[in-house]
Amino acid sequence: MKFTWFNLMPWPYLPDDFREKNRSVWVDIDQKLFDPAKSHEVYNTYMDLLEYADTLGFDGVGVNEHHQNGYGIMPSPNIIAAGLARRTKDAAIVVLGNSIALYNPPIRVAEEFAMLDCISGGRLVAGFPVGTSMDTNYCYGQIPSLTREKYQEAHDLIIKAWTTREPFAWNGRYNKLRHVNIWPRPIQDKPHPPVHIPGGGSVETYDFCIDNTYSYSYLSFSGYLRAQALMSGYWKRVEERGVDKSPYRAGFAQTILVADTDEEAERLYSEHVSYFYNRCLHVYPGFADAPGYRTIKTIQTGALSQYAPPRGGYTQLTWKELTEQGHVIAGSPETVRQRMEDLIKGLNVGNIFCLMHVGNMPADKCMYSTKLFAEKVMPKLRNMFPDWDDDNRFWTSPLDKRVTAGRLPKEAPTGADLAKTYA
Amino acid sequence: MELKTVQTRHVPVRYLEGGSGPDLVFLHGAGGVTAEDPFLNALAQTHHVYAPLVPGYGDSEECPEIRDMLDFTLHGWDVVEALGLKDPILVGHSMGGMIAAEMAALAPHDVSRLALICPAGLWDDDHPVADLFSLMPYEMPQMLFHDAEAGAAMLTAGRNVEDPNFLQTYLVTNARQLGMAGRILFPIPERGLAQRLYRIKARTVVVWGDSDRLVPPFYAHGFKKGIAGAELVSIPEAGHMVILEKTGAVVEAVNRLG
Repeated sequence: MKFTWFNLMPWPYLPDDFREKNRSVWVDIDQKLFDPAKSHEVYNTYMDLLEYADTLGFDGVGVNEHHQNGYGIMPSPNIIAAGLARRTKDAAIVVLGNSIALYNPPIRVAEEFAMLDCISGGRLVAGFPVGTSMDTNYCYGQIPSLTREKYQEAHDLIIKAWTTREPFAWNGRYNKLRHVNIWPRPIQDKPHPPVHIPGGGSVETYDFCIDNTYSYSYLSFSGYLRAQALMSGYWKRVEERGVDKSPYRAGFAQTILVADTDEEAERLYSEHVSYFYNRCLHVYPGFADAPGYRTIKTIQTGALSQYAPPRGGYTQLTWKELTEQGHVIAGSPETVRQRMEDLIKGLNVGNIFCLMHVGNMPADKCMYSTKLFAEKVMPKLRNMFPDWDDDNRFWTSPLDKRVTAGRLPKEAPTGADLAKTYA
Repeated sequence: MELKTVQTRHVPVRYLEGGSGPDLVFLHGAGGVTAEDPFLNALAQTHHVYAPLVPGYGDSEECPEIRDMLDFTLHGWDVVEALGLKDPILVGHSMGGMIAAEMAALAPHDVSRLALICPAGLWDDDHPVADLFSLMPYEMPQMLFHDAEAGAAMLTAGRNVEDPNFLQTYLVTNARQLGMAGRILFPIPERGLAQRLYRIKARTVVVWGDSDRLVPPFYAHGFKKGIAGAELVSIPEAGHMVILEKTGAVVEAVNRLG
């Protein structure tokens, strides 16, 4: 099993009456609610928490990209990842990911990901989402019905830029480049860093992942019970295509909150869960899916945007409902272990993106929950798929000998020192 | 009106045909057009009307080759040619008006009469065109009609909007139609028309509903100013769907072209 400590970086100061006074947490959220001075501490706390997860033995630390959004103040995950590459030791740097249809030309992503792989010593997991309609269409102005075509071209160009060893020309529809010759290129070159594709149920994405040996990551906020139908659709497709059913072909994001007892979990975390579902997920339904963004085939399977609020919204859901229906896995280490086992077996997933920070949760609670999970739950879930222990197609292959940040001597050498060294 | 098919270079195109009189090509807006459309039927009283569906609209095939404004414009001329028409009166509503204006600017000698009914295509930051794509169905009537209540009844005529099957059909239709329209309208319905308007040689009427809340009447002046000799007909108590709310007045304005 691979566990990635994943942070959305929500803005923790959305007011109590946020829902009433704001149409949407995303796209046209009130500018005035962001306080740059406060964000200094918010960003640094979130980065500290990601770094803390590395010290506890999480396999990865994860970041992602969102725009104009109160629940994810990370428009450039690569900036955060660059900091993490320096300040973490072993964890994979899981960037889930860069919305590659947004960049002109997308070789910028090939280059930045290569830099991250080089700085981190081969610890990069590269994520390529098509992106939500809010980010991709409404914030970044991509034409909905052409987004997928542009995404595909960006993907093909990035992979070619990573794997081709001489300059080449690229005459695409969206990118006209006479000389593609990225410098640097990734350390991981067999054939390139592992790729995870965050998906929200678009059927085309299943085949794309299978064809390229990418891991399909379902990033859902509604939990594993509701994800069963979608993930079984994926595994059915894997079977139809006649490829192996390695659990590492799939990833799943789950909100996880651990305390000493179930009651304590509710007492400590329920307000933050409520903050997340009622403020951070308060998206104007008109932004959820720009017409043309989702393919007809996908609409017909009934897989609509998870951002379109459920009938009646989340407001009515109590802590009991949120935990029993699996939106949130919370409770004592034993409760969480049991439910995590159900999740892992039920969905057949090898990569878990652990959403251990929720809404406006303060750092101390987050550290407490994270530590309990790392020490009392994670070890018991490690060997869920012994048959697939050797499957490293979907994870990083770092250099054995990696340098650490800050290893230079405190003082510059003297001229005499240098004269000796370079005599 | 009768639904027929004509073959063009890329795709078979569905079109409505009816009436008799001078040839008139009607280019529909982002909402599409049907055989029952009262405006088309009113035009058909005095004209031989052809109303091609943009690929992806109604039951027509989608066309991946049509991606940008030039593609839409050339496709428009391909359809006119496929229909065997020479210098038809060109009438366009909303998105169709944008396409008609582009066609007239691209081939000024092939069109001598042009009617633009609340056309999209221009942009001014201080008078933003509404974001059609993020509108919820319940927000449409007030955006499209002067009389929102009567408009809502026209939009939902006889359909049960609570029925899940209807909802799925609605979503699929929207994805096909607005997905296609988005190629020239999203996120801002402006593709450089302002700098091409001067090329239009056609005798032009610009028709606008005074209470158009989707494309504000402000833009009427942009078209009037940009097209030499254009005549502006503004219609009171009518919104963006002026062709439904004041059908007679719009037909009258079109008839000024002959």
